[in-house]
Amino acid sequence: MRALDLDYMLGLVPVILGYVPLTLFMAVAGMVFALILASLLAVERVAKVPVLDWFVVLFISFFRGTPLLVQLFLFYFGLPQVLSFLTQIDGVTAAIMGLTLHFSAYMAESIRAAIMGVDRSQWEAAQSIGMTQGQLMWRIILPQAARIAAPTLVNYFIDMIKGTSLAFTLGVTEMMGAAQKEAAGSFLYFEAFLVVAVMYWAIVEVLSQGQKRLETHLNKAFVR
Amino acid sequence: MLDGINLQIADGERVVVIGPSGTGKSTLLRCLNFLDVPQAGQITVGDVTVDAAKARKADVLALRRRTAMVFQNYALFANKTAKQNIMEALVTVQKGSKAEAEERALSVLAETGLADKADSYPAALSGGQQQRVGIGRAMALGAELMLFDEPTSALDPEWVGEVLDLMRAVAERKQTMLIVTHEMQFAREIADRVIFMDGGKIVESGPPSQIFGAPQDARLQKFLKRVEG
Repeated sequence: MRALDLDYMLGLVPVILGYVPLTLFMAVAGMVFALILASLLAVERVAKVPVLDWFVVLFISFFRGTPLLVQLFLFYFGLPQVLSFLTQIDGVTAAIMGLTLHFSAYMAESIRAAIMGVDRSQWEAAQSIGMTQGQLMWRIILPQAARIAAPTLVNYFIDMIKGTSLAFTLGVTEMMGAAQKEAAGSFLYFEAFLVVAVMYWAIVEVLSQGQKRLETHLNKAFVR
Repeated sequence: MLDGINLQIADGERVVVIGPSGTGKSTLLRCLNFLDVPQAGQITVGDVTVDAAKARKADVLALRRRTAMVFQNYALFANKTAKQNIMEALVTVQKGSKAEAEERALSVLAETGLADKADSYPAALSGGQQQRVGIGRAMALGAELMLFDEPTSALDPEWVGEVLDLMRAVAERKQTMLIVTHEMQFAREIADRVIFMDGGKIVESGPPSQIFGAPQDARLQKFLKRVEG
């Protein structure tokens, strides 16, 4: 048993803090792309386009059924051997790609469930005024589904922030990578990883505050 | 479910459909705008004629854009305010300008007596207010045919009067209306023609004086006895 080196830990905070923007960049970019992709996948799952539906089911099944780490390795190390144009992809891009595909599979299922949860009368009213399927989905159904899906989607976003730490295995120096490098120099592994753990935790806590605001905003139409 | 329905409604005519529950009255309305898809037959509204068996998406849209529907459960867009509910079709479907749509929505809300509720969401409105917005949304479309699917059936008794009053106001403008209702007094008063349906068929039809005063068919007589006590 030895005492924690608190000075070392305090000194580490600003160092790791410098990598927070990269971590957030990967998470936010991944989330934006995943939301777009997941919405398209979900709308397809509801509409059940022949043939395409089969591919979407397969896509969701694969990306839900395999570990994120395996997918990242497959894209970053594996794919360039098969597809030569992928050689110049850097770790950050590969991580964002991996996070997008992985989380879109999960999010598609929650968005699909949320779409199905919107009351039938909303579809009929939109149809009765002569809206096309696209207008109906975009203007009436998806905004209401967003409210239903929001808590789950924020959970996935939290998961994605933590998932960015895997980019470290692709050689990206983000928060986790930076902590690992520092620890390798000082041999104070416990201190370094404790600092990075607390910083992930803090980021997620800040985000949880934002979640309450988001839900209040999405609920404003439904307050009696 | 529907069988051998042959119905013509003249411009400006107000037709009320009555009959026992589960007899196809709502289905008849919902087939006219393809919320329920008819298996066979022909539907004409204004200059649009659609053959049910080979209806394409564009046909269905064309039909829907010539009709407007008022729903039993109001079916206001829950994510939009009263004003936005009315503007929605004017902007999205009819491609009008936002400013014109807003002006129209506000004037319709004034007619429905809800000018002060323009920015309220449906959840904050009473049943009667929601249904008046629902009727306003249908009025604003300028549709050739307005369909009312039991517009007062889901309302608490205290709100029925205000909704019927608004429907009377709509009727006074010679709007063509097809109304399914259980409000017999209202039917008697507003209808140019009353249709009695039973078992998916039109059993008897005629002016209210005949349907209510001198019903011919035994089923209609029995039905009237039951509802009028």
